[in-house]
Amino acid sequence: MGHESGSVPLPPAASADTGQLHPTFLGEGADLAGFRAAARRLAGDGVPPERVIWSIGEAPGLFGTEAATRAESAPPLALPRGVADLIGMVVPHRDPERYALLYALIWRILRGERRLLEVSSDPLVHRLERMRKTIARDLHKMHAFLRFRRTEESGVERFVAWFEPDHHILAAAAPFFVGRFRSLNWTILTPEASAHWDTAHLTFGPPGRREDAPSSDGFEAGWRDYYESTFNPARTNLTAMRAEMPKKYWRNMPETAAIPGLVRAAATRTQTMIEREPQKPIKRNPARAVAAMADQAPDSLEALNAIIKRSEPLVPGATQAVLGEGSPGATIAFVGEQPGDQEDRQGRPFVGPAGQLLSRALEEAGIVRADSYLTNAVKHFKFEERGKRRIHQKPTAGEVSHYRWWLERELDFVAPKLVVALGATAVLALTGKAIPITRARGPASFGKAYDGFITVHPSYLLRLPDEAKADAYAAFVADLRRVGDLAQALRA
Amino acid sequence: MLAKKLRILADAAKYDASCSSSGAPKRVAGKGELGSTTGAGICHAYTPDGRCISLLKILLTNYCLFDCAYCVNRRSSNVQRAAFTVEEVVTLTVEFYKRNYIEGLFLSSGIIKSPDHTMELLTRVAKSLRRDHGFRGYIHLKSIPEASPWLVEEAGLYADRLSINVELPTEASLERLAPEKNGAVIQNAMQQIGARIIEAKAEKRRFSPAGQSTQVIVGADATTDEALIRKSAHLYGSFNLKRVYYSAFSPIPDGSTILPLKPPPLQREHRLYQGDWLLRYYAFTPDDVADATENGMFALDVDPKLAWALKHRDRFPIDVNVADREMLLRVPGLGARAVDKIVRARRHTRLRLDDVARLTSALKRARPFLIAADYHPSGGLTDRLDLRARLADPPKQLSLF
Repeated sequence: MGHESGSVPLPPAASADTGQLHPTFLGEGADLAGFRAAARRLAGDGVPPERVIWSIGEAPGLFGTEAATRAESAPPLALPRGVADLIGMVVPHRDPERYALLYALIWRILRGERRLLEVSSDPLVHRLERMRKTIARDLHKMHAFLRFRRTEESGVERFVAWFEPDHHILAAAAPFFVGRFRSLNWTILTPEASAHWDTAHLTFGPPGRREDAPSSDGFEAGWRDYYESTFNPARTNLTAMRAEMPKKYWRNMPETAAIPGLVRAAATRTQTMIEREPQKPIKRNPARAVAAMADQAPDSLEALNAIIKRSEPLVPGATQAVLGEGSPGATIAFVGEQPGDQEDRQGRPFVGPAGQLLSRALEEAGIVRADSYLTNAVKHFKFEERGKRRIHQKPTAGEVSHYRWWLERELDFVAPKLVVALGATAVLALTGKAIPITRARGPASFGKAYDGFITVHPSYLLRLPDEAKADAYAAFVADLRRVGDLAQALRA
Repeated sequence: MLAKKLRILADAAKYDASCSSSGAPKRVAGKGELGSTTGAGICHAYTPDGRCISLLKILLTNYCLFDCAYCVNRRSSNVQRAAFTVEEVVTLTVEFYKRNYIEGLFLSSGIIKSPDHTMELLTRVAKSLRRDHGFRGYIHLKSIPEASPWLVEEAGLYADRLSINVELPTEASLERLAPEKNGAVIQNAMQQIGARIIEAKAEKRRFSPAGQSTQVIVGADATTDEALIRKSAHLYGSFNLKRVYYSAFSPIPDGSTILPLKPPPLQREHRLYQGDWLLRYYAFTPDDVADATENGMFALDVDPKLAWALKHRDRFPIDVNVADREMLLRVPGLGARAVDKIVRARRHTRLRLDDVARLTSALKRARPFLIAADYHPSGGLTDRLDLRARLADPPKQLSLF
């Protein structure tokens, strides 16, 4: 706008020069297609910027803009990246010199200054950059300050706005509104053109008038209430407000009607706040707050389980949360990884193939499953669907952390003497660290009141090749025997 | 009725400085959905205090069990009370959003019944917006540090940003002014959120993708600017915070007797933000920023970067055509963007003073500290005794009109 036209050395229009002049006609508004076609032809013909006379909206003859007449004839120009973006942003500018400036830029770039755009200090680049900034700001303000009003046409709601941008930006601004209000029917009216969205198609139409938009909206009073209430009179700063929200926008923004009143009252309101004697508090006794904080936590395993049962899976898909199972007060608690397909269907831990293997191994090791407590680090089944099968997926570290709080509380309530981590996920959940099982196998400390023990997860045994299975199973049973012995000692 | 609640609960929320809708990954509404995020966020209006309205910033309720002296909603305050239902907040958000008034919702609350109960209500609002209304706009939830950790886990699934206000920079002030709050509890909660954000990013899951932020109140206790900046550096470093907001303690209706009588100058808040920027965008260490203060306080008449340069004149003037980026960032009047443009442009041309003038809007401040192809600050301009006076902001009343 005003401040941007300035002393940029546009090549002087040819005067003494005897060369031929090239009058070039473009359409009203932002004629990007027309400019592209013209620039291709002119550059292709080697016409220097000073020989081109750009005219807007006064094409002689039939529909005679460049776009219509010469579009296909010239090959595209090979321009560095970023130049096309700049052109796209500057073309909507109202400045009548925009096409001449852009062509001058293209000309210099094609004549050897390939990286001209990097030289922000160059007067031409500087001026175009400022024009780009102006358009960016105009777009931004339109996205920010446009206000819709609701109407109804035969039961269907439509949102209509009247807005007056400074430049020819309606087409450039519309995609933002599509991406934001995709599910609404809306219309934007401007003095130059209008845009319409019907939840599927964007169309442009003739100019609108302010009167074509509804004159009120049921939520505007509430919005004004909000605007007034969120203002802090002790911080009044009109300069800052006007810098960001210039007055020219005010007439189309319903909330700005409140400004004069707010400003008038601000000084008095602030003075009153400062001068007012601090009042005697109603009551000042933190006991209730402190009690509320102490009371809120679940006070039993049942209460905790109720919360877990209500929760949704972090990764969608699971049928239900699988809770721990066994007798509270059990000496040994086993912590597995996460429920599998069977567990998810039945809602009980360790009932699938791995669970059955665990039961067998426990029996061989002389541990009564029913007297123990069994649970999982993660409470929901995560899987990938392959055909009809649901293939188990290992929980990520983040998922384990997400469920960790519950496991901690759960074990607090069960209060076992010994906690057995089955596999790496359980170790991660109990210690917060990723520790390889092979190295840590055996008695361990989880930094809690209970003793710890680390061994493999039974599903690991299922995945081993047959020849390795027997040995690994024997080692697992041997681990469980040690667990049994440790528990025996702890019980005594 | 709803209008009255809105007035009370917007008024009650306005002392939180943050209204930013930035940092969320860009997204647009799919079929049948409502809302998008732009990355940098949009300010939809400005109030006469010059502050931006981006989000519908309200409290779910201003009833509160806590009694923090600086807070207008403390239990012992005589303000009018109100409470929204979950559905009311959802409706207001959606209807305001449809009219392009806001980018989304910033919801906080007084503590009612218990921290857990309150946190559950906040999360229900966010969940209903996302699930029942296909809302893809911005949601900032104030997290209640005293709530059970699994509730925070759930909130992060729906919110774009979670924040917990540190409010007071020292444990002693917290004890004196906010007796129910506990610094360790606040830190643990921030730690939890910070850790979960990092994990979720690594695992490409959604958890508070726009990060977490916090607010510190300035001027309600005797903490110096230097201590505040060091506190922020610690918060950025330890909890992976996106932003620390500084809120000059503001007189509130029905103020408490244990608060200072006078608010600090707003300029002090402004200087703190500038110091914070030096930390985050200008490669200043906390020691460097501290070096820009006098007795721990930023000067009100010059910005911290200029204060640092005036103290270290021996490092200037520097040549814009050869100096490395880090040193260019130390030149008063050259912003980070101007520096990037200088570094790019000088690959192709030798920069003269006119060229530099086209790259920054603050040449007057920069001039004494730089050398260009055709320019050297003559007559020892850099060393002039009155340089500070020449560059200082003219005295002006920023706080009122």
